[in-house]
Amino acid sequence: MSANYEPNIVAFLCNWCSYAGADLAGTSRVSYPANIQIIRVMCSGRVNPLYVMNALQQGADGVLVSGCHPGDCHYMEGNYYARRRLGMLKDLMEFVGVDPKRFHMSWVSASEGHKWKEVVEKTVEDARDAGPFEGFRRRQIDW
Amino acid sequence: MTEKPKVGVYVCHCGINISSTVDVDAVAEFAEKLPNVKVARTYSYMCSDPGQVLIKKDIEEHGLNRIVVASCSPRMHEPTFRKAIADAGVNPYFLEMANIREQCSWVHEEIEEGTAKAKKLLTASVAKVRLLEALEQKEVDAEPAALVIGAGIAGIQSALDIADAGFQVYLVEKTPSVGGRMAQLDKTFPTLDCSACILTPKMVDAANHPNIELLTYSEVEEVKGFIGNFDVKVRKKARYVDFDKCTGCGDCAKECRVKDRFPNEFDQGLSKRSAIYLPFPQAVPAKFTIDPDNCLFLKKGKCGKNPKCQEVCGTEAIDFEQEDEFVEFRVGAIIVATGFDPFNPSRKPEYGYDDYPNVITGMEMERLVSASGPTEGKVKVFNGEEEIEPKEVALIKCVGSRDESVGNEYCSRVCCMYVAKQAHLIRDKLPDANIRIYYMDVRAFGKGFEEFYDRVRRENVRYIRGNPSEIFKRGNKLVVKVEDTLTSTPLEDEVDMVVLGVGLEPRADMRGVMELLRLSQSPDKFFLEAHPKLRPVDTATDGVFLAGCAQGPKDIPDTVAQAKGAAASAMIPLARGKVPINAQVAIVNEATCRGCAFCVSICPYSAIEMVTVNRFGNEVEVARVNEALCKGCGSCAAACLSDSIQPKSFRDSQILPQIAALGVMK
Repeated sequence: MSANYEPNIVAFLCNWCSYAGADLAGTSRVSYPANIQIIRVMCSGRVNPLYVMNALQQGADGVLVSGCHPGDCHYMEGNYYARRRLGMLKDLMEFVGVDPKRFHMSWVSASEGHKWKEVVEKTVEDARDAGPFEGFRRRQIDW
Repeated sequence: MTEKPKVGVYVCHCGINISSTVDVDAVAEFAEKLPNVKVARTYSYMCSDPGQVLIKKDIEEHGLNRIVVASCSPRMHEPTFRKAIADAGVNPYFLEMANIREQCSWVHEEIEEGTAKAKKLLTASVAKVRLLEALEQKEVDAEPAALVIGAGIAGIQSALDIADAGFQVYLVEKTPSVGGRMAQLDKTFPTLDCSACILTPKMVDAANHPNIELLTYSEVEEVKGFIGNFDVKVRKKARYVDFDKCTGCGDCAKECRVKDRFPNEFDQGLSKRSAIYLPFPQAVPAKFTIDPDNCLFLKKGKCGKNPKCQEVCGTEAIDFEQEDEFVEFRVGAIIVATGFDPFNPSRKPEYGYDDYPNVITGMEMERLVSASGPTEGKVKVFNGEEEIEPKEVALIKCVGSRDESVGNEYCSRVCCMYVAKQAHLIRDKLPDANIRIYYMDVRAFGKGFEEFYDRVRRENVRYIRGNPSEIFKRGNKLVVKVEDTLTSTPLEDEVDMVVLGVGLEPRADMRGVMELLRLSQSPDKFFLEAHPKLRPVDTATDGVFLAGCAQGPKDIPDTVAQAKGAAASAMIPLARGKVPINAQVAIVNEATCRGCAFCVSICPYSAIEMVTVNRFGNEVEVARVNEALCKGCGSCAAACLSDSIQPKSFRDSQILPQIAALGVMK
């Protein structure tokens, strides 16, 4: 690991809570590490567990999925599905030898700009600890 | 995809909001080299009219068919740019936004990292936009009716406006009477009109309006569906009094075996009521209600030989067999006007509210000075030994507001003025009393406020700047311990009575409404509006609007103004008669669907059904999406074993290239 290694994080955020929370962090000018890139989905329930593995395969060092707090899902149940699926994925990651520290899930509401900052910092820090991810062979990208 | 994607990229400076942390020219230059990009430009404000014209001109000149705007959050301006490109003949769903403001320039400080990240986000957007599909905006009919939850002044005003416009309104109130907190107030600042005098006519109007169905002592149990078509189920709680037979005469309450035993909620517990009661004399509807927690017969099954109320009721209105009823109806829009709770000063034990009867809240003071209140408007307190007319009165502002120790950082906006008003009312009743107000700041910001504050000071009310630390008893006096911060003098002020100017808090029971309507809370825990400035009455749930203190503390004129705003917004779908439905719905590839019906069991909206199709001569079951019901969450797609069901605009084939673009730029 080189000394100036900066982890590359891909985050999937639900439109209604976490994406809005990240927007609020911006509106409130809360500063956090630039290592994180956000992909907007309508619901955390949309996040296919394969996306997480795919992100690692494509060059991410860490992945974050964030949705509404349990009970607050805009689609009523989507975050419960996400919690089940991704909880299983986390166990599976350990089983296949991927450091589970590379994967985080969080609940960030539309009013939790400061919590979003903390979540990002934790995710980046853990990915930094885990080092560059070279576990999967990179697939050729069809651009 | 028949047409080759020709992408136009537009990078916004947003004045210096973006350009100070992102080198926008470098980003545009970088974008020009991305696959399928024909044009990349920067502009100071993309959302402005010239910015939009720039896009439209390029679409015409360069034949662009996909647009990426790198600017603010899509939650802000996606509709703006969708409309702009649609005006130029491009399908509005051929748009992708890279959020390089809220999620980049505003949260990062170094221009290098800001620029690098903006490039990444833009690359992901370009990757996705090329693969988007054209979608068609469809509409469904909207039910020309509205539900208003809460019948305080906000709910009443919204209901009246909508009803006057000719639409059906269901006004649901949890307590037995409409009127809310405003009905409890005595006079209203700064004009000193009597609250009841201006409110009761509106209460009666709401009850008598031919277009309003008033459901008091009722709660919304269930809300299904969406803007235009919400299916609502309301529980009408049993009053144990026949609504049609009760004449409101009150004979029952006088004869009740547990007469005048229970704290009267309307008088803030300063008076007592029977188990059968009318909340207050002007209650609308003027129908009695039996409180099941305190009625002997309902609690123990026995009340003497026969319940007295039943014996004396001339119209035989008492009905202990009554059960909760359910009412179901459909509305096109919903207004949430559930109001607030006054701060409970027991949470600041240093003020001794629980210990001393002569420490009272502002709400209690309202009842005390009210001619219809428990003391018929006489200001009297019990000092622990005797009931006295106070000579020395202290009022304390900001109790439970601007106070992080109780978790309320916000200003409650009404206390400065209601405390001033109460000082004036006390002065009116007790010309010789010494009145002082302890304050942190005086915020007299509204129309006529400053003038009123001046008037109160001229009435020999002393304003002392200081936030009391403690109230304790010495003899039969209360001691307010405080530092006068303008003179740096510590004081121990002996008084006969303390009025705590309590702030406004979100309702303790708001959670139920939140979950019912999928609303969020802002950091102050009041309901969150869709945009703090430009959409202050809207919520994230389409068709649901906010009015009054449910959205945040406000005074009566602001509440009425917001209620009228919410009514006007709610009437848009009702008047149009149609609402657009979500175009980004899920779609099934019937050729690969294996008919397992996993998606059917997962869909929160029951939008997927199994249908039989003929495949090469065989009858097979496949899933099919009802587009009118699908909200496009995509939970089905993540569950599908064969990736056969996919939400439009968020397909695997559209998201995976985004992931690849972010990874490849490591």
